[in-house]
Formats: sequence, C-alpha cells, structure tokens
Amino acid sequence: RKIIFEKQWFYLDNAIGHIYGTTFEVTSGGNLQPKQEVEETTTETKEAGTDNRNIVDDGKSQKLTHDDIKALKDKGIKGQEIVQQLIENSTTFRDKTEFAQDKYIKKKKKKYEAVITIVKPSTRILSTMYYAREPGKINHLRYDTLAQMLTLGNIHAGSKVLVMETCAGLVLGAVMERMGGYGSIIQMYPGGGPVRAATSCFGFPKLFFDNLHEFPLSKVHSLLSGTFSTDTLPSDPEVEEESNGLTDERHTSLQETEEEPTPEAAMEINQTEEQETIDINDDVEFKENKEKENKENVREKQIKQWERRRKLLEAAALLGEKNADGLIVASKFHPTPLLLSLLEFVAPSRPFVVYCQYKEPLLECYTKLRERGGVINLKLSETWLRNYQVLPDRSHPKLIMSGGGGYLLSGITVVLDKGKSDPSNLEALKMEEPSPKRCKVQDLHC
Amino acid sequence: MSFVEYGETIKDGDTAIVFLGHESMFPVKVQHGTVTQTKYGVIRHSTDLIGKKYGSKVTCSKGGWVFILHPTPELWTMNLPHRTQILYSTDISIITMMLELKPGSVVCESGTGSGSLSHALIRTVAPTGHLYTVEFHQQRAEKAREEFREHGVEHLVTVTNQDVCKNGFGVSNIADAVFLDIPSPWEAIGHAKSALKAEGGRICSFSPCIEQVQRTCLAMEEYGFTEINTLEILLRVYNVRTISLQIPDLGKAAEDNSSTGFDSSNPSNQGSLCANLQQGTVQFKSGVPQREMVGHTGYLTFATKS
Repeated sequence: RKIIFEKQWFYLDNAIGHIYGTTFEVTSGGNLQPKQEVEETTTETKEAGTDNRNIVDDGKSQKLTHDDIKALKDKGIKGQEIVQQLIENSTTFRDKTEFAQDKYIKKKKKKYEAVITIVKPSTRILSTMYYAREPGKINHLRYDTLAQMLTLGNIHAGSKVLVMETCAGLVLGAVMERMGGYGSIIQMYPGGGPVRAATSCFGFPKLFFDNLHEFPLSKVHSLLSGTFSTDTLPSDPEVEEESNGLTDERHTSLQETEEEPTPEAAMEINQTEEQETIDINDDVEFKENKEKENKENVREKQIKQWERRRKLLEAAALLGEKNADGLIVASKFHPTPLLLSLLEFVAPSRPFVVYCQYKEPLLECYTKLRERGGVINLKLSETWLRNYQVLPDRSHPKLIMSGGGGYLLSGITVVLDKGKSDPSNLEALKMEEPSPKRCKVQDLHC
Repeated sequence: MSFVEYGETIKDGDTAIVFLGHESMFPVKVQHGTVTQTKYGVIRHSTDLIGKKYGSKVTCSKGGWVFILHPTPELWTMNLPHRTQILYSTDISIITMMLELKPGSVVCESGTGSGSLSHALIRTVAPTGHLYTVEFHQQRAEKAREEFREHGVEHLVTVTNQDVCKNGFGVSNIADAVFLDIPSPWEAIGHAKSALKAEGGRICSFSPCIEQVQRTCLAMEEYGFTEINTLEILLRVYNVRTISLQIPDLGKAAEDNSSTGFDSSNPSNQGSLCANLQQGTVQFKSGVPQREMVGHTGYLTFATKS
C-alpha cells in the first residue's frame, strides 16, 4: 500500500519487524533503515565568525543555482551530501557565528534529509497530532487540556464512565487507554452512531471493546422520564438522519468504516517531517470488513439489528442504575443541557469534567449547576502550555499557546437535597425503571 | 474504599474527605468511636459516617452540615500533610499523559516526597502495574509506606530508602517510565536509563530552575535519549461572577425621556443576561481570573529511550 506523507511517498512493507521508534530514510518508493544515529559532521564548524556586522544579504551567497540543486536531487544523491555541497558553496557560511552555522545546517537537513520515525500510537502522540493537524475535528481541545480532563475525571481501571464527545473518538480513546480494558464505558452519541475515527488509530485489542457501550443522545430524555422502550428503535430518527434513510445497522456501520480511513490519510499527508506515523494496518482490516459487509445478506442484517438492540438495552440498563463513576463531556454542543441531563446517571461523590472551546457557555453551565444543586467544588479553569528550547547558552521559551486550548468546568457530584419535591418525585420514578429493562435483556438472551 | 476503586458506603478504616464548602476540606480517617471537630460542630464517626453513602450531607452537632467525599488522588493532593514541596494535579496530569501511563505500566519515581504524585501514578497503573519509588530520607520513606498501607494500595507500590543518584532505583530493565523530582536529576539519568525496559520507555524530570534543566538535557543527550522536550504548564482558574457596570450619563437621557439611551439600541438580543436596569447599569456574567495565580512550578523535561 502506498502512503503519502510530507510530499514523500513510500511503502511500509520494509518497516515491518522493526521495533517502534526506528528511524527510516526514504528512497525512491521504499523504506530503507539507516542507523539510529548518524555521526554529526563537525569538521567544518572549526572556523566561525563572531558577529554578523560584515554579512550582507546580496542574494548571491549561495553559488549553487536552483537548477544545480535539482540536478543533484535527480541524480539521487544522498540528502546528507547535498547539505554538504550547500555548505561548501555558501560564501558567508564561514563568517557566520557557530550558532548560526548550527541553525543553517539544521534547516538544510530538515529539507534534504527526509527521515521518518515510526512510533507506537498513544494518547500523547495522537492528541498532539490531532491538535496540530486537525484541531477543528476535536473542537480545538489541546493535549494538555485533555490530560487535565483525564486526571480531573479520575479516569482509571474498573470505573464505569460516561463519555459524550464529538472529538472524532479521541477523548474516548484516551479514556479507553487509561482504563486498560477494565470497567465499562458508555458513549453517548448524537446522530446515527458514534464517530470513532481517532479511536481506531490507537490499535486497541478487541477485548477493550467488550465493555464499550453506546447510547443515542436522543433517547436520554425518554430514559430519564421512564418512557424508554425499544419498540421505537427501528425507526430511530437519528438513523434516518444519516443520509438516505436506510434504517438498519449495516448502513450505520458502513458509514463508520468509511469515515475511518479519511482522517488518517489526511493526516499522513500533513505530518511533521520527523515523526509520528500511525499503524495503518487497521485500515486494511476495515477495508476487508467493508467488503464482507457489502456481501452480507438480509438474514445477517437482521441478526445485526438484534445484536444492536441487545447492546442498546444493555447500555440502557447500565445507565438506568444511575451509578456511573464519572462523566466526561467534550462536544460541539452547548454543555448546559447535556450536563443537566447526563449528571442524573452519575453516582454521588464522583467527578465530572466538561470541556468547551469557549468560556461563556461554561459560565452559564456553572450558574445552572449551582441552581440545580447536587454538585460541589465547581471549578472553571484553563491551562497554558509553554514549550522551551533548551540548548547550551540558547535556552528560551519557544512559543506561547493560550486561549486556543479550550476551557474546563469540573466538579464533584453529591447527594441531591431531598427538600425539593420535584427531584425526589423523579427519583422514585427512576427507582422503578431499571428492573423491567433488565428483564427484557434477559428475555433476549434466551 | 480504596484510592484505586470506588466504594459506595463509608466503612471503618476508610480515609474520607470532609468538605466544608468553598475549597475548604480536610481528610479524616474513619474509626469507630472517634469524633472529628469542625467549625460546624462535632462529627461522630460511628453514627454520622459509617454506613453512609459517599457524597452524603452530614449534619454536625451545631446544625451546620458538611459533605463526605470519596478519596481520589486529586482530593488527596489538595489535603495531604506536606512533608515536602509537592506536585499539583495540573503538572501531574501532563506528566501522566506524556509518560504514556496506563493500567499495567511499571513506573520508577524519585523522590517520593509527600506522595502526591505517587498516589496519582498508582491510580493510573492499577490493577496490574507497579510503582517503584525511591526516597533517600528515611522518615519520609517510612511515612509514605504507612500511607500506602492505610489507603489500600500497598500491593501496587514498593518504597525503597536509598539515594537514587548513587544507588539507582533498585530495579533494572523493567520500567515503562521514570519520573525524577530531585535537586540534581542529571546525576540519576544513567540509573534511569538502566531502570527502563530494554525496548525503551519514557522519562520525565521536574526542575524549578532552568540551569537544572540544561544540565539534565545534556545528560539525557549523552545517554542517548531522544525526543527531548521541555515544557511548562500553568493553570488559570476563573471565578464566575455577575458583574454590573454603570452606564455613564452623557446627558442623553434628557433628550429622550421614554427610554434610556443604551436600552433602546439593543433591547432584544441582549436577553436576560444583560438586563438593563432602570438605574442605568448593565449586568453580565464573567470569568474573572484570580487576583493571584501560580506563575511557575517547574519545568518538565520529557524524553524517550528507544
């Protein structure tokens, strides 16, 4: 399979069998493995100027022309040698300070020595990558903000966590990584099905998906009011919404699989020169799945539909227990209604975290939660992240990131006051809810 | 309860957090027959706490009430007895993610200090991972061991009392990640490398001063670490306030008496949030930054062994 990445194209075949973190050099079409570290060419740095008072920008310091350089490239000469040639043909190089020479070489190396490092997918890598490459797809959730969410939400193995996200499945993936397959996750999704393009990049084992449930957001109200039933399922409005109203599972999952490869491919094209490629094997699998699904007959369709209904009932039963250990919200929707409803499913003394790209909706959410009660320790926060260049005598902050990373509202649930009549009434209704539902699940099993 | 597993009700021997309101809370060890004094009165453990649900409101003797919370590493960080300067949750979050920690990870840490980070690390690597933490101060090492026992996580952590710069972590080739919070991390980089798995791993060093960072980075480079990256993370907390600003009197009101100048310009789209009162003020909600904030904790240097 041919992959395009940073204006280079290559095949991954040669990379198989190497350990993660191996660096590769791109040749014409394939991959070749150079040694981990190339000895630095330090021979010519002996001679250096002290300042730039005599360096004039006349545009003629480089004696090689564009055509010369192109010719070198066409001959397939190693990038390293081209850089060497450029240095030798630069009249000002010797007058530059040692630091400037260093910088010059680094810049040229970046351009001519194409190296690719293949690394293992992780939340660190994927969230950094998504923020740099596709911030719009993850609502500009910066990676340090995501890190805060996982900690504030006390995400750990064995929990039962509610996740509502429209971040391409990145937040879901991050939660799954932290839970390591222990405990359960219920993903609330808008529309016809959950988007898990980023989740698939993690390459989680199948086992991790056993306790991953999903529940349509549009059914939350009926579940809370006790009118939820599965009879309405086949004509789910959210499935129709998908595109041309095919109301079966096959259609939904097809959509999902189609979505999968696109963001990945897009990202490969834009990746930074030095690192971070994802395992693409997943893609192949998905392609195969798709073909299979195309051939699948009506009977299988029905089985899938049953399967889906069973999963939905399971998720509904899990929610009905109203004892989730946490709630994570990171979506493009207004957070207030989501929180006011979804917090109903969370047990007391559990943390919740809401992400929003903007501060104002969280201000409102804060006020509404205060009115509702049942929450304490509400905190509206934002993190700033500063990267540093650390080099001998050249240490300084690299860039400041602010604002763009989004805001968080976090807090802890507590038992709601019984003084208010309305909530206690609802409570009674809810108490009766879970049991009939669980019966239905059992019915289906036999 | 345990720091790695949620429990529903409060039991004898639990560590619980008493929440008094407005960022004011403290930890309490639940014991039959014990009482705890708060500014709202006395809490009797046997009757007021044991058997109650976490998250319940508990009425104290003077009629005031508090909430009893399930312990989490984050709440512990805010309430633990300081034996040293500690790391707070903002730094801990980014450390955990950048070290790629998850259930099953094996982590080395030095020094243990007050155990703020240790609890968070244990929470993340449980139930199959392990933390090897090294503390050269004997009393602190002892105290940490005791706390881990009380918090039901002793099976997930090994505390060693030795000097990490001289003797290392006491383990080799088993760690997925190493964290250093010591005055001279550059002296421990070699030991860190040998503690990490042969197939590689991640390292993080926390230092308040840039000179420490520089020496650490040089040492990391020397030992063949790659992807060396230094960053700093700052937390900004906003107070939610309703602000009202007065409309200046520019003498316009005299001209049209029927409505104030501001109101007539945009009455509808401002809604209730921006209610224009008769007195000539505008109200709105604002996230106001705290008057003082933490400006610097430390630089975090991350690197990869591969």
